[in-house]
Amino acid sequence: MLDILKELTDINGVSGDEGDVREYIKKQIEGYVDEARVDRIGNLIAYKKGKTSGFTVMLSAHMDEVGFIVTGFSENGNIKFQPVGGIDERILPGKRVLVGKRKIPGIIGSKPVHLLEKEEREKVVKIKDMYIDIGCDSKDCAEDLVKLGDYAVFFSEFTELGNNTVKAKALDDRAGCAVLIEILRQRFDFDLYACFTVQEEVGLRGAEVAAYSIRPDIAVVIEGTTCSDVPGISRQNFSTELGKGAALAIMDRTSYYDKELVDFIYNTAKKNNIDVQFKQTTTGGNDAGKIQTSRTGVRVAAISVPCRYIHSPVSIMNIKDFESCSKLVAATLKELESSVDMFKKAGNGGEKNV
Amino acid sequence: MLGCLDTLKELTQYTAVSGREYEFAAVLKDKFSEICDSVEIDKFYNVIALKKGMGINGPRIMVLAHLDEIGFLVKSIDKNGFIKFTNVGGIDARILLSHEVIIHGKKDITGVIGAKPPHMLEADEKKKAVKIDELYIDTGMDAKELKKYVSIGDAITLKSHPFFLKDNKYSSKSVDNRCGVTVLIETANELKKLKHKPDVYFVATVQEELNLAGARITSFNIEPDIAIVVDACHGDVPGAPKEVVFPLGKGPAIGIGPILNRELTERMLDTAKENNIPHQVDVEPGSTGTDAWATQVSKYGIPTVLVSIPVRYMHTSIETVHANDIKYAGKLISRFIAERV
Amino acid sequence: MFDLVKKLTGIFGVSGNEEEIREVIKSEITGYVDDIYVDPIGNLIAVKKGTGKKIMLAAHMDEIGIMATFIDDDGFIRFSNVGWVSQYYALGQRVKFKNGAVGAVFYEEKLDEMKNLKLSKMYIDIGAKNREDAEKKVRIGDTACFVGDTVQEGDMIISKALDDRSGCAVLIKVLKEMPETENELYFVFTVQEELGLRGAKTSAYRIMPDMAIAVDVTDTGDTPECELMEVKCGGGPAIKIKDRSIMAHPDVKRLLEESARELGIPYQYEVLEKGGSDPGAIHLTGGGVPSGAISIPCRYIHSPVETVNINDLENAAKLLKKCIAAKM
Repeated sequence: MLDILKELTDINGVSGDEGDVREYIKKQIEGYVDEARVDRIGNLIAYKKGKTSGFTVMLSAHMDEVGFIVTGFSENGNIKFQPVGGIDERILPGKRVLVGKRKIPGIIGSKPVHLLEKEEREKVVKIKDMYIDIGCDSKDCAEDLVKLGDYAVFFSEFTELGNNTVKAKALDDRAGCAVLIEILRQRFDFDLYACFTVQEEVGLRGAEVAAYSIRPDIAVVIEGTTCSDVPGISRQNFSTELGKGAALAIMDRTSYYDKELVDFIYNTAKKNNIDVQFKQTTTGGNDAGKIQTSRTGVRVAAISVPCRYIHSPVSIMNIKDFESCSKLVAATLKELESSVDMFKKAGNGGEKNV
Repeated sequence: MLGCLDTLKELTQYTAVSGREYEFAAVLKDKFSEICDSVEIDKFYNVIALKKGMGINGPRIMVLAHLDEIGFLVKSIDKNGFIKFTNVGGIDARILLSHEVIIHGKKDITGVIGAKPPHMLEADEKKKAVKIDELYIDTGMDAKELKKYVSIGDAITLKSHPFFLKDNKYSSKSVDNRCGVTVLIETANELKKLKHKPDVYFVATVQEELNLAGARITSFNIEPDIAIVVDACHGDVPGAPKEVVFPLGKGPAIGIGPILNRELTERMLDTAKENNIPHQVDVEPGSTGTDAWATQVSKYGIPTVLVSIPVRYMHTSIETVHANDIKYAGKLISRFIAERV
Repeated sequence: MFDLVKKLTGIFGVSGNEEEIREVIKSEITGYVDDIYVDPIGNLIAVKKGTGKKIMLAAHMDEIGIMATFIDDDGFIRFSNVGWVSQYYALGQRVKFKNGAVGAVFYEEKLDEMKNLKLSKMYIDIGAKNREDAEKKVRIGDTACFVGDTVQEGDMIISKALDDRSGCAVLIKVLKEMPETENELYFVFTVQEELGLRGAKTSAYRIMPDMAIAVDVTDTGDTPECELMEVKCGGGPAIKIKDRSIMAHPDVKRLLEESARELGIPYQYEVLEKGGSDPGAIHLTGGGVPSGAISIPCRYIHSPVETVNINDLENAAKLLKKCIAAKM
């Protein structure tokens, strides 16, 4: 599973450009699913028929990662860019990127510290004052290699660090994708849809469309989530802690997770001795928000892998948390087989309209 | 070249503040019925015109441009008859001082926007930009007379002073997005000369400036295979970074970005190149701020492309556009529909 | 009306935790309608069958509150807001958890300036000896509402959660005095309005009504040195023109105006510059639902001392009753 995660994070797939990730996943799940289709927005939707139908579970992980898009060229051959998805400007100067389909290596440059005025040094460099340097000395040279609208992505190799941790880019949410690939090797009683969604980072775009077509009874989103257990942050603001297990969210900006479902997952973790923690902040959001309010409403939960330095080229994740997350998803689905009645769609009126 | 500017001039003279589009919708219905096979106005006052294609069960294309414009609502009338107002759609309060406006009450009433005079300001007040809640409208009427015609919630628009500028440029209120609606008309006219398989729905949408309501509703009801959104983008002005503004007269800007369908966008770019239609590229890293944000995720997803017309001084009463950009956009979209779908 | 309002405002129902208030409303309306059901995200939908137009009436059951996010070693609870909660309104208040545990809300005293007050600098003291003791009563993720008893002073009702139990009370009253009509009526008590109009969205999708009218509270401009707004407590129900989420549909606005005139009740117009409401979600549902709202003028919204005029509630109920019986 770690091998798959390594390969997944090595692939580039900025929001709107998920093709390579999709192709990789397609190959990985081939032979394990009854159907794998790509919908009109680009989601990969894998279907596994259950032994008994009448109950539909949707799992969802997003394929896209944050990155950049080329917006212009300067006369001396530098590339102007804008972020795609939420990126902390402070981390950008001095990072390595790959630009365009041809993966041209570049570096994010800005005025060197020696040339800055004193007051400039104390300020965050703005993206509009940064550029990508691919080594070209003229606009013509850059325009030959790179087109307007080309994507650029962080270059960062998957590396195992000490104490069961790994460093990579795009752990949010290739970790979730890896979990889904693993889950699809098993079969469950109910109908299972595993959705690898697009464009989560630019506004939960893919999930909205996917949920509309699947009409699940319940949905579980697998995410890489924030983890701030670092110096200078007081404990109540940690969000999650590395090494404390899979993280269960209660509420965030886009969803109020279904209480019964969250309890069910928590109890499943305890019963199976899987490490689990509650996410302790209510900021952020994910695909579940769009799924929860799709059509007549869907019960949702999110199981996440804590990742420090999310949306950066050097996200850090604990391998055990990753495994806990995967185990918890599998155990939850197993438990669900005997509990579908509890989660069957409530409300028997007005169905003719939907 | 000026034909499209005449159309645009006519369209800018109507008012359609978001949420109060019924009058202008009726005008557009007539306009489109001259050039399309059928036209209807839905219950939200979106105008939906169908131009049938030659194909049977061919793809269905929706070309949409919003018909609404920014404006204001009456918030309060004080005891001396001064009107306080709130904005509908994003507007820069700094440009409003000394503007003429029309209040659309039981009858149309002209007024001017005033604020505390400069010689009455404290030194530090002079340096600050005026805020919308410091402004008021003066109609010359007292409260009693005014209230006969005007009530809370009535719409207010900037009075139009259409101006033709040098070199085929036109300046007025609501060029955003009457220029887009004009492109719809241009496209329909161009399509008459071409053979096209797809059924084309020309949709003038309401309430874009508020929450893209019209685009959400119409894309759900029409459920097209492709959506082409036509809206305004920023024209070049001194001092703005050149990646986000576009020179006037150099052709429409074709949007490229994560939420726009890349394959169709490439096809649109190819259409422009093959037909030698001047065009520009508008990189949109996020929501695009247009109806495309709504169409893209409607129902099962609608692959969406964006074509923008450069407009200077967006959201003012002097929005300025170049005839070529409208003309070229009509050519581009019609050829895309005829040749590339 | 006061007794009903008092009953409803006294029940716990922080957004996402509407179980208790839903049960109370359900038992209140049972027997008056043809069908009652609860949908997957918790909306309570009561149907009066008919052959005419389908009209959806919505009032949200949920109220704002707080959620426990962290318990420190000494048993103090850190929290996050559920819906929009002002740090200034919250300071020095009591909150009550679903299980009845009451806590005091206070702030880290090293805070030197009041304008730097943030919810993240505040905590709840439930009198626990330490973390273990606190965890006996409160678990991470538990929610609490503000404490604010319901009283009547003159024509004014002061209470927590008048936003939007007063709307629920109006719907219940109308439902109990059901007018003769062919229209099919859906009384929807929605969930999670304060978190982004979520219940309204899914219930409207299920019903796909021809028209929707919501009853919710709105700000007023009748208190000392307040923001300018032409809505007054006691001035009658307000007909919504606009808020941040919707421009009310002209047909609905007209229906409300004409009905109010025919009834001869006072009414006013609402132009709300901040905040959204359920009709904002309903009117964009599916192929579009013409929507509007009757708004109850309410002072001090989202505080434990929300204040409404009881006559406005009575008139809102009359107005709603008249509208839903209209031939369409």
